[in-house]
Amino acid sequence: MATEPVFIGRPTDAELSDQLLSTAWRPWRRLGKIGFLVAILGTLSLFIGITLTVMYGIGMWGNNIPVAWGFGIINFVWWVGIGHAGTFISAVLLLFEQKWRTSINRFAEAMTLFAILQAAMFPVLHLGRPWFAYWIFPYPATMGVWPQFKSALPWDAAAISTYFTVSLVFWYTGLIPDLAAMRDRAPTRAKRFIYGIFALGFTGASSSYRHYRVVYGLLAGLSTPLVLSVHSIVSSDFAITLVPGWHSTIFPPFFVAGAIFSGFAMVLTLVIPVRSLFRLQNVITKRHLDNLAKMVLVTSWVVTYSYILEFFMAWYSGDEYEIFQFFEARPFGPWAWIFWMMMICNAVIPQVFWFRKARHSLAVLWFVSLLVNVGMWAERFVIIVMGLQRDYLPSAWDVFVPTYVDWSIFLGTMGFFLLLFLLFLRFVPFVPLAEVKELKHELSHEEEH
Amino acid sequence: MRRTQQRGIVGAFDTPEEIIRAAHELRKSGYRRLEGYTPYPLLDLERAIGRGRSRIGFAVFPFAIAAAAGAYLVQWWTNGVDYPLNAGGRPAHAPPAFVPATFEMAVLFSALAACIILAIWSGLPSLWQPIFEVPGFERASIDKFFLAVSDLDPAFDREATAQRLTELGASRVEPLGVHPATDAELDERLERTEGEES
Repeated sequence: MATEPVFIGRPTDAELSDQLLSTAWRPWRRLGKIGFLVAILGTLSLFIGITLTVMYGIGMWGNNIPVAWGFGIINFVWWVGIGHAGTFISAVLLLFEQKWRTSINRFAEAMTLFAILQAAMFPVLHLGRPWFAYWIFPYPATMGVWPQFKSALPWDAAAISTYFTVSLVFWYTGLIPDLAAMRDRAPTRAKRFIYGIFALGFTGASSSYRHYRVVYGLLAGLSTPLVLSVHSIVSSDFAITLVPGWHSTIFPPFFVAGAIFSGFAMVLTLVIPVRSLFRLQNVITKRHLDNLAKMVLVTSWVVTYSYILEFFMAWYSGDEYEIFQFFEARPFGPWAWIFWMMMICNAVIPQVFWFRKARHSLAVLWFVSLLVNVGMWAERFVIIVMGLQRDYLPSAWDVFVPTYVDWSIFLGTMGFFLLLFLLFLRFVPFVPLAEVKELKHELSHEEEH
Repeated sequence: MRRTQQRGIVGAFDTPEEIIRAAHELRKSGYRRLEGYTPYPLLDLERAIGRGRSRIGFAVFPFAIAAAAGAYLVQWWTNGVDYPLNAGGRPAHAPPAFVPATFEMAVLFSALAACIILAIWSGLPSLWQPIFEVPGFERASIDKFFLAVSDLDPAFDREATAQRLTELGASRVEPLGVHPATDAELDERLERTEGEES
């Protein structure tokens, strides 16, 4: 079967460099400016939400007993999950020598970094007194107490901070040869100076590249277990408690699959407009989109299988609270429509990707990717809110209602994410130039043989 | 541990194939202090100039072990010894609960160590290097391939080496370094190497 190539055309290295670096020099058109405006307004809403939370306390949020984990944890889990596809693309696919990862890996990795930043805000704000967040670290405090390492909260802190730092270091290491190219191609002295500082004086010496290649592989190797461990640890926040619908051993793989699922959807959501706006159809081809769609389909099935298994385990356990949770509370209780939305968006709609035509239609790809993101947010909502709304004691049952502060922070993180992403597109070569040239070199060799 | 070339001669090549062939040829004729500058990593060039596989992994490994051991010790000491807290009847020293943080710290410190060692071994950051003064070197990150021969090389001879680089297909040959070795220095070195050989 003829597949689309991962690289179209035969530009020279110089032409390719100019194409991929020029995104940082060209002035932005109106669309970019509108994008910035929207992103800044969103960021503003985030900071207003944070200010209200810090000034008046956590009571500004909709969570209360029994639903003590509302939007804060929903959004945390959702954003962390989105990050996972970036690491999957940049690390796991590198180790498996998947050539198609090359032109989208930096892009996906940036998405990871910015998504973790959004995610990390929520648990800190959720503390209620975020200025004491440093108590999570085992430092010799005058109070004479230590963090409780048998709780999932320090695990989360360790996992998220490691995940962010390792992703940042991996991303920056990959960027160095391209920053050197930026320095050498910069049109003005100021730009040359700034990119020069970030390039650290990298010359592309073979004696550096010799270590560089190994370190890059090493970082990929280190990031790979993070893809599995971070969301496994996040899922333990739930799995080690006794709330109906949470206390389940399937949670770690279920969460990891969901994370990669939503992350691939987010990559599609971002890559489709960027590819068209910057005319990158020659380096981000239909092959990339097709493969991303296939990954969405695969992970959709893993998630669907987990849903089925959750229902089966609830029934098989014979535990009446579990049975009530899955067969009454979720499909027919308060917010049941979110449960059905989750099922439709995550299990039904991605099935269109069985069809080649759907995988090759930009409009279908983009809308399905949006719906998957909605569906995955709904899944976090269902897990967190439904379990807490209807736990063991009917007299304690209540319904969760988010407040305007919840919404302004949630929508605000989207704005802030967009802002960081646009700044990244504006100032950083977002298609890894050195790697694409290396790939082109390899491909030209394969053609000869 | 800076390994960049300070002085010598540098030839520019247009294709990776040419520079790899040139490096092989020079190596065959006895050159030992070669350095390539390329827009992307070329494994064959590293081999051609006589560089083996990097051992950076071995340098990182102790950091991974130390971080894991340190993280576990901190958890054991704080929760198991200094301030035992009965949470849900679990033992104060609960190895399974200490696994996540131990693992994460091992990954974190390995990644940081790998990058710091990479920077040190590559001599970075170093915003200015003599090679940047070579005319046309700004293309080394774009589409040109530079092969430098150090004047410390036993086989180095300013005219002959330049000639050889041109013969091997270098599109241009330039001196490298602000203070190329004087003829007197070269003669002295020649005498010394001859003395060593005899």
